Amino acid sequence: MSTNGSKPLLEVEGLHARYPVGRGIVGTVSRAPKLEVRAVDGVSFSLKRGEMLALVGESGCGKTSTAQSILRMIELSGGSIRFDGEEISGLSAKQLRPLRRRMQIVYQDPYESLDPRFRVGATIEEPLQVHGIGSKDDRREEVKRALELAGLTPPELYIDRYPHELSGGQRQRVAIAASLVLHPELLVADEPVSMLDVSVRAGILSILDELRDNGLAVLMITHDLSTAAHYADRIAVMYLGRIVEEGPTREVIENAQHPYTRALLSVVPKRDPRDRGTPQILRGETPNSIHIPPGCRFNPRCPMAIAECKTVDPELRRPAASRDPEHRAACIRV
Amino acid sequence: MSASTQGAAAADSGLAQAAPRRPGAIKTAILTQPQALIGLAIIGAFVIIALVAPLFLSGDPKAKVGPIFEPPSTAHPLGLDGGGADMIRLLIAGTRVSLLVGFCAALVSAIIGGTIGVLSGFFGGKTDIALMRMTDYFLVIPDIPLMIVAAALFGRSLTNIIIIIGIIYWTTTARLIRAQVKSVRERVYVKRSRALGAGNGRLIFKHILPQVAPLLIANTVLLVAYAIFAETFITFLGLGDPSVISWGRLIENAFQDDAILNNAWWAIVPPGLCVTLIVLGATIFGQSLEDGLNPRLRVGHLSVRRFKVRPLRGKLDTE
Amino acid sequence: MTPLLAVEDLNIWFELPNGGELHAVRGVSFDLEGGERFGLVGESGCGKTTAMLSLMGLLPPNASVSGEVRLEGENILERGEESVSPHRWSDIAMVFQGAMNAFNPVKTVGSQIEEPMRLHGVAEGRVARRQVEELLERVGISKDRAARYPHEFSGGMRQRAAIAMALACEPKILLADEPTTALDVMVQAQILELLGSLASDFNLALILVTHDLPVVAQVCDRAAVMYAGEVAEAASTDALFHTPRHPYTRLLFAATPDLHAGGERVASIPGAPPRLDRPIVGCPFQPRCDRAFAPCPIETPLLKSVGERHVAACHLNDHVREALPA
Repeated sequence: MSTNGSKPLLEVEGLHARYPVGRGIVGTVSRAPKLEVRAVDGVSFSLKRGEMLALVGESGCGKTSTAQSILRMIELSGGSIRFDGEEISGLSAKQLRPLRRRMQIVYQDPYESLDPRFRVGATIEEPLQVHGIGSKDDRREEVKRALELAGLTPPELYIDRYPHELSGGQRQRVAIAASLVLHPELLVADEPVSMLDVSVRAGILSILDELRDNGLAVLMITHDLSTAAHYADRIAVMYLGRIVEEGPTREVIENAQHPYTRALLSVVPKRDPRDRGTPQILRGETPNSIHIPPGCRFNPRCPMAIAECKTVDPELRRPAASRDPEHRAACIRV
Repeated sequence: MSASTQGAAAADSGLAQAAPRRPGAIKTAILTQPQALIGLAIIGAFVIIALVAPLFLSGDPKAKVGPIFEPPSTAHPLGLDGGGADMIRLLIAGTRVSLLVGFCAALVSAIIGGTIGVLSGFFGGKTDIALMRMTDYFLVIPDIPLMIVAAALFGRSLTNIIIIIGIIYWTTTARLIRAQVKSVRERVYVKRSRALGAGNGRLIFKHILPQVAPLLIANTVLLVAYAIFAETFITFLGLGDPSVISWGRLIENAFQDDAILNNAWWAIVPPGLCVTLIVLGATIFGQSLEDGLNPRLRVGHLSVRRFKVRPLRGKLDTE
Repeated sequence: MTPLLAVEDLNIWFELPNGGELHAVRGVSFDLEGGERFGLVGESGCGKTTAMLSLMGLLPPNASVSGEVRLEGENILERGEESVSPHRWSDIAMVFQGAMNAFNPVKTVGSQIEEPMRLHGVAEGRVARRQVEELLERVGISKDRAARYPHEFSGGMRQRAAIAMALACEPKILLADEPTTALDVMVQAQILELLGSLASDFNLALILVTHDLPVVAQVCDRAAVMYAGEVAEAASTDALFHTPRHPYTRLLFAATPDLHAGGERVASIPGAPPRLDRPIVGCPFQPRCDRAFAPCPIETPLLKSVGERHVAACHLNDHVREALPA
């Protein structure tokens, strides 16, 4: 794994994304307090070139919203995003356009992310056309190169196909090729393999793996801790809009400190039937992001909660028992 | 590139070659709704008559070739009208005009409705509200009286009739297209294109319109049915272009010339039948296309399903 | 001892619109004992869901079936719909994939759980309502929610309600089709724990159909791995992981990342499953197999016993028969 230089490519600080929620007629008339979904509620992290960071969490934790805010696909309510040293949180759509070439996204659903009327070649060529790059011949070369990088060789076999002629794994490779054709520096992969069969997942993820080795920064969003454990350099665990634990993968997996992370790790099913362990199953479900509990947002379900947890909102800091200086957890008891 | 990705894709390629090409949306729609072909055949028949028949005929269709309201005979299978002109020649001439008006007016409606639908559905927000408000006003106005008033005010040329019909019927198209555009706009591949910086023009013309086009075509066919009927109606009321022969004019003439009193059914029924037939044909075709294109209209069956049982084969070698 | 459920040589064909035939399930056989937790594992298109639907006779009219499904000795597929329907829900019940969306939005959850009780003559009126409340409590929903509507339940709770509905007529076998696929990992753990404890308390046999190997490893005692409509291997989950006798089983485990697998490389299996609308010659897995040899493309391997309640369909085991004691 190569990390070019020590300056991070992406630095996110205090990111907030909120949107209002309807109160209905009764609510408006009775002047009930305005409600908002605090999808991203103060998220900070950094990402270096050649590094893969996995944003992990259950549904509603804000991982997808975080990624979309970084790509400026949804509006921010606050916070700073620095891409290659430049502050991008306040840029207009026009100013963002050149930046869009350097940040790309791959979506979860390979069956929906390709226009069914576009041939593979046209889909991959589109980003080049949008940004007016190269001549027609140059573009064709780039398309072939991108197909090869995504493992679809020989490229001539795939260029004129329609998406419905391809399998799910092949379609996802096409989506990856389309995101690589602009030579981005940051790639956001939103659940890139969750809709694919197990036997083809490693093929797709190994592409991302190699790209990371060649200097691409990858932000992978996933609910699957096992996948994150295998491919990511660092893991950040999110809960209700915040990062509750982050650090190098081995450290977070083997020496998790935050009670939520520990519970999650204990209930992830393992392949070995003899490795059933003692799952720590939390009661209830994750509350919604409209009514975030006061104090530590995890305290109502936390097996280790004490009185103070209801009033103190913990900061991310290095836990006492951590074995790595980059390991952080937001819990007053560790 | 690693061996694993190479190997995976190479073995994948076998599958890629095996999958067949899928027919276009319209063809698929026709396949699932074979009755569409009946409608298409009817329309086709009229179009052929309109284009081909005049090549074999010469002279003025309105020329007097015999006594007024002469009954059908071998020389004139549909008899003569109130001016002594051959009904068949009049019908053929009328086909040309009625179809022309029908297609053109439908086209005008489709263009207006399609544009408003796309703009409304794509941009949403204030544009959507404003355009939909306008659509609602047009919807509320009763179409026939409006057409009558407009025809009376603006003159009775063919062009005017086409425009008048065109600006009445675009409202349903607009709503239909707007709904479709709204749904396509949310699809992942459109968002992806937007995310990489594609402008609105590209998104509309390259991604959204192709998805919306089949439905627009199906709807336009239905509009042809409305338009032909509308033209017949307007002309029958005496507001049509006096210099042109259309089916509506034939019916109007028959009324003016007291065809019923003279028991001359051949002067009234054939044009009415023609209108009915083509409206039916266009409706069947258009409706079947719409049904075929709309996957949500396919209904599952709730009756008790009976699967079949085949006789047992030889038992498996299990030890 | 007769097993509770014995599936023997189950074959299912679907008539295709273009006149061809899709042979979706190709000679599947397995046994299920009372109270056993059995997993049916495989990737998309392997036929596991179709096979499971046939156990309840829930196949469309273009399907034809052959083989036997013996429930306590009686072949319920014998006369098709006629012989299956008496057992549906009262002996074999199912929790569907996306059961969360299988509720009628305009009827209360309680009334929907009561419905099968009434239809199968198990209970009615007040007795039924009390049973519904007990069931709800047993699946972890407080009984005063019986009068609520499905939209007032969260995803996980609706899945629990769907399980309660499946248990309404006290079946002997519960089929669960991808019961936790769309759920978060913590809710998944809750549901799986629930299914496990219900199986124990009600002496219920459980067939869990899923593509998720680790789920089967954690919940089931035994499992069958399916590929291209056939059973590739069936054994205890312990044996499947530690001593697999079919390359597909081994590779499937190798392709599944695991928290505790350290630096082990995650495998991918090149290629794709064969088309099921054509005859398959030889072993269906052979084109993708890393241990294929001479007989594989020619001769279809039969499901053979390779150990204690362990069967596999692979030519690599051909020599084993001589080694096993008679």
